[in-house]
Amino acid sequence: MQEFFSQFFSSDVALTLSYLFKIILIVIPVMISVAYLTYFERRVIGFMQSRIGPNRVGYFGLLQPIADALKLMFKEIVLPTKSNNFLFFLAPLLSIAPALAAWAVIPFDYEMVLADINAGLLYVLAMTSIAVYGVIIAGWASNSKYAFLGSLRSAAQIVSYEIAMGFTLVGVLMCANSLNLGDIVIAQEGGISQWYCWPLFPLFIIYFISAVAETNRAPFDVAEGESEIVAGFHVEYSGMAFALFFLAEYANMILVSILAVIMFLGGWLSPVSFIPDGIFWLIIKVAFVLFCFLWLRATFPRYRYDQIMRLGWKVFIPLTLVWIIFVGAMMQTRYAGYFH
Amino acid sequence: MIFTDYLFYLFSSILVLASLRVITANNPVYSALSLVLAFFSAAGIWLLLHAEFLAIALVLVYVGAVMVLFLFVVMMLDINIEALKQRFWSYFPVALLIALLFIFEIYLVVTDKFFSSLDPVGIPLEKSNTHSIGSVLYTDYLLPFQVAAVILLVAIISAIVLTMHGKKSHKAIDPKDQIKVNRNDRVRVVKMKSEKKK
Repeated sequence: MQEFFSQFFSSDVALTLSYLFKIILIVIPVMISVAYLTYFERRVIGFMQSRIGPNRVGYFGLLQPIADALKLMFKEIVLPTKSNNFLFFLAPLLSIAPALAAWAVIPFDYEMVLADINAGLLYVLAMTSIAVYGVIIAGWASNSKYAFLGSLRSAAQIVSYEIAMGFTLVGVLMCANSLNLGDIVIAQEGGISQWYCWPLFPLFIIYFISAVAETNRAPFDVAEGESEIVAGFHVEYSGMAFALFFLAEYANMILVSILAVIMFLGGWLSPVSFIPDGIFWLIIKVAFVLFCFLWLRATFPRYRYDQIMRLGWKVFIPLTLVWIIFVGAMMQTRYAGYFH
Repeated sequence: MIFTDYLFYLFSSILVLASLRVITANNPVYSALSLVLAFFSAAGIWLLLHAEFLAIALVLVYVGAVMVLFLFVVMMLDINIEALKQRFWSYFPVALLIALLFIFEIYLVVTDKFFSSLDPVGIPLEKSNTHSIGSVLYTDYLLPFQVAAVILLVAIISAIVLTMHGKKSHKAIDPKDQIKVNRNDRVRVVKMKSEKKK
């Protein structure tokens, strides 16, 4: 890419342009996946509940996300009275920016990564932990009881589950001996039996459930809680301001799924030796994990709030700690090979 | 000047402005958010010094966890700013004394030999940042590290003890009791003959 641009520009400009081009190459597919994830969600849940789902706009309703986006663009953005204008508009930006920034270190294939940094896993954790500010500020700046309650719930929930999620990642980096996401995938080479979901099975399950809770998805969607607090932190938002929250939520969903695939399901690696590795494996695995997200949403009723907190603090954190100690102990025995 | 120099001046000016906003902002929520911005700019400066592990840890711990809880508390406070402002001048002499003391201490630290011998640009390490910190932390500084860990453990336990003051004062139901509930505790089926109309 850099060579291509350096035919026309000086080397610095060519480097910048090639990075910008790569960023566009990542952001546009992410945005398209977000749009079609909403369509996929409505169709899948529709079929699970014996309904049809959107099927009117375009063939099989395939243009529905585009129609939705157009509708949201032309809607008026309502500003609540006595709200804090500056923070009110800052909040959606604060929630979408980290959701997109975290994609910088995600490896899609060998050598197919925007920023191949050593502390990639930590960077992703840091970015996902910033996303909570969008929610908190939105709830506070809206000057509304429901929004405020929703943001308090969501902030407490995200902070609690982040700890369990961080501990599951400790297990992964112990096995892979690296914080670089590409190295973590390469450490799982050698077929389906080498994937980290087997030696770290409890951590994989805890990671998945924490990921659902982190993204405020059902059955952990008390932050929105339509039946209790209307729609939680984004109740006062409309038009594109609301759309940004929506985009951030789905971009985060895809992000945590792709992380689950990279850390536990072998990323772009093929499960069997006779089919080559490639980015299509990553896409298939991510689609499966996302399907599980929707499946959970269609299956389970919402958790009660105190039970969410209990699950996070009293079940997941001790469990992950015990499994980390177990993995560390096993690495000193002759079974260490299973854990690398 | 190279590009990173511009970045350094950008980050440091944001850092200074944000720190000033922390103490001058009227609204405590703005103060807390300015502090978040200050942490972020500091992390940016550390990144320029090739300390990526420290920079990311700063964002992860202080921005991602500590400040969220701070904001959480500050948002729910109902502070009357006018009442606080009235006593500003009565505190002023003490504050001035402390500030001067602080400036003097910073002056002593900055003019020390140790600081003037440091390279302001930073040297990239041979191994990854995380690796180097880990190897130093678990060999040369093992004892201080473990002492810090024990202090943290004590802090965790004392935080738990502080929230548990003897008698149960809340109405929350213990989930253990909820699960153990038996049908016979709540429902009594009474068998009786149907009555006839007189």
